[in-house]
Amino acid sequence: MTKMPEIDRDKCDGCGLCIEVCSCHVLVLVDNVVEVKERIGCQQCSKWCTMCEMVCPVGAIQCPFDVITEE
Amino acid sequence: MKGGIEMISSVCSALLGNLEAGIILNDMAVKAESLQSNTYFSGLSPEELVSIQKHIFEKAVTRGEIVIFEGEPARAVYFVISGVVKVFKTSSDGKEQIIYLARPGDSFNDVPVFGEGLSLASAEAMTQVVLYGMEKDDLEASLRELPKLAENILRLLSQRIEQMISLVEDLSFRRVMGRVAKILLENVEDTNGQRHRLTQQDMAAMAGTAREMIGRSLKLLEDEGKVRLERNRVVITDKEALREIAGVGI
Ligand code: SF4
Ligand code: SF4
Repeated sequence: MTKMPEIDRDKCDGCGLCIEVCSCHVLVLVDNVVEVKERIGCQQCSKWCTMCEMVCPVGAIQCPFDVITEE
Repeated sequence: MKGGIEMISSVCSALLGNLEAGIILNDMAVKAESLQSNTYFSGLSPEELVSIQKHIFEKAVTRGEIVIFEGEPARAVYFVISGVVKVFKTSSDGKEQIIYLARPGDSFNDVPVFGEGLSLASAEAMTQVVLYGMEKDDLEASLRELPKLAENILRLLSQRIEQMISLVEDLSFRRVMGRVAKILLENVEDTNGQRHRLTQQDMAAMAGTAREMIGRSLKLLEDEGKVRLERNRVVITDKEALREIAGVGI
């Protein structure tokens, strides 16, 4: 399954900044809390640009990396 | 006869003294062409060069000899006529950082001389070197008389600042890259498949730097072939090289 940015619903204050910067338009506000659009998901976010994480003033959305060694 | 011996001995001791300090000659051998090849004196008229020439002393230095020690009062500016001089700083743990290499046409020790301070860096001859030097007082007097000299020096000092800024950028960036490399190595998925997931924000906090620097570092590590950035994965492709950057013993 494609990974999505992780959202901390308690922290999100619905400012919408992440939605503005997301070039893939996969983020939406539902009841004043950000969500990743269902189905569309962040599939198109093939680059994992992490812009949403960067702009979030309260650290409510995160794009973590796994660090692995090549086999 | 006695007088003759005294004279010979005083000449000998003077010569020995000069040998100890590197050979200092202050004679007519100072060449206008050699002077003119230095940024300081380019574009000066022949008459202006003559007025400078009388203040110049020549110094021959052997390979490995230290011309200037960091922290000493800065008394003269040196111009490299032949050879190469390494201008460097030494950190408290003994590490040497080369600031620049002064080659023919370059000068060194100018910033502290104008700043009325102590030498900011040491200078060591990397080859046999011939230097021209000019004492601080003489230089200042000439500066007041020759506007072209002042203009040349201003240009040179601003180049020096540009050099320093790019060095600072490079140094701090290298350090951040090293820390990022270390963080990646410490957080690599272990043999049990235990994952340590890291955001760029985490890495920035761990490395004590701005988030933007993390993005740049990861990109550069990728350009250098040490990691491959995939969607939400950092794949370490050259562990040894990464360890080297991180300064971790292999
Ligand atoms: S990582 Fe980029 S594309 Fe994916 S949700 Fe965040 S801003 Fe949008
Ligand atoms: S930027 Fe942060 S706080 Fe604002 S809507 Fe997005 S996740 Fe919520």
